[in-house]
Amino acid sequence: MAVEVRLPNIFRPVAAGRASVRAEGATVGEVFEDLVRQYPELRASLLTPEGELHRHLNVFVNDDDIRYLGKLDAKVNDEDIVTLMPAVAGGA
Amino acid sequence: MARYDSVLDTIGNTPLVDVSELSPNPQARVLIKLEGVNPGGSVKDRAAKAMIEEAEKNGSLMPGQRILESSSGNTAAGLAMIAKVKGYPFTVVVPENVSVERVKLLRAFGAEIIFSPAAEGSNGAMRRAQALAAEHPDWWFSYQYGNPANPKAHYEGTGPEIWRDCPEVTHFVAGLGTAGTIIGVGKFLKERNPAVRVWAVQPPAGETVEGLKNLDEGFVPPVFVDNDGYSLLDRNRVVGPRESIEWARRLADVGIFAGISTGAAMAGVARCAMEVDEATIVTVSPDGGWKYLSTDVWTGDLDEVTERARHELYF
Repeated sequence: MAVEVRLPNIFRPVAAGRASVRAEGATVGEVFEDLVRQYPELRASLLTPEGELHRHLNVFVNDDDIRYLGKLDAKVNDEDIVTLMPAVAGGA
Repeated sequence: MARYDSVLDTIGNTPLVDVSELSPNPQARVLIKLEGVNPGGSVKDRAAKAMIEEAEKNGSLMPGQRILESSSGNTAAGLAMIAKVKGYPFTVVVPENVSVERVKLLRAFGAEIIFSPAAEGSNGAMRRAQALAAEHPDWWFSYQYGNPANPKAHYEGTGPEIWRDCPEVTHFVAGLGTAGTIIGVGKFLKERNPAVRVWAVQPPAGETVEGLKNLDEGFVPPVFVDNDGYSLLDRNRVVGPRESIEWARRLADVGIFAGISTGAAMAGVARCAMEVDEATIVTVSPDGGWKYLSTDVWTGDLDEVTERARHELYF
């Protein structure tokens, strides 16, 4: 499964400035492994040392938050868009 | 009863309106709670009133003491209105990219406004307010992101009102900002009926996070974490400005004049409706459209309005 991964500004310096990159995998966890293979410096931003999702990182498959879809086990389909988004304050 | 001793008594008890004609699934009813009818113009009147009255009760807010908050507009308007009524001076940190109406409304209620950089979004405004609170220990910082009175206002107000008016509710969909509404209402509804599903909607972080230097500067509201929001929520969808604006326009077609975040909530409702066979979906319209008229949400070219919305805080 090949997907497009969209990166927030703060991650781009470790991905040669790119706003989006390609990665492969059948789950978000596998996509992350492929991302880390390509850009090893990303690992600390994506995951905790224990391999859990970073608490300030939200990951969406298309528009759906993976925390409610099985987290790193969330399935991805070919040509899905995986968006990485820092958790920030919202609310009026 | 329609006669009140104080404008503050008119907060809450908002109407719930059936807008099922907008549902993409004929078997999914949709009802929307119109919070724009609150006197400060938004759902945030509820949290503002609850935070102030709780602080008065526990003695952390004394007569004449200055109130401090950070807000992109609606909480600020609620606090400013209530502070005016109760005689408290009020200072608010507002990101500079909020709509001109929000700023003018705050000025109408006599708030002192401190602007924070647009690129830092609500995070930057909050950090500035935290610094001001540290510099001025004699001020009372309401801190909507971490104040338990915020979700409590919805647990004791909005949630019971929805249950009273629509006990057949199967899904609750609401925006995820401070998390006050979704935590308070979601918790109440699930206690009454554990089968109720709670869906959150949030805007893309996009341009508003340019000021973030690293992920550790990110922020999840204590209101969400302390109330175990990760377990409470069943889904969380991100909705972009274009779709939010399209839904705000569709709402106007059925006579509901609501802000862009209401459009985002309706986009979430539509996704929910498409995934279920039968449902009664309740959502919240945080505010009316008045504060967004200058942005041409309803009348401007969709591409241009969407592009402007990308640079303005509307959620």
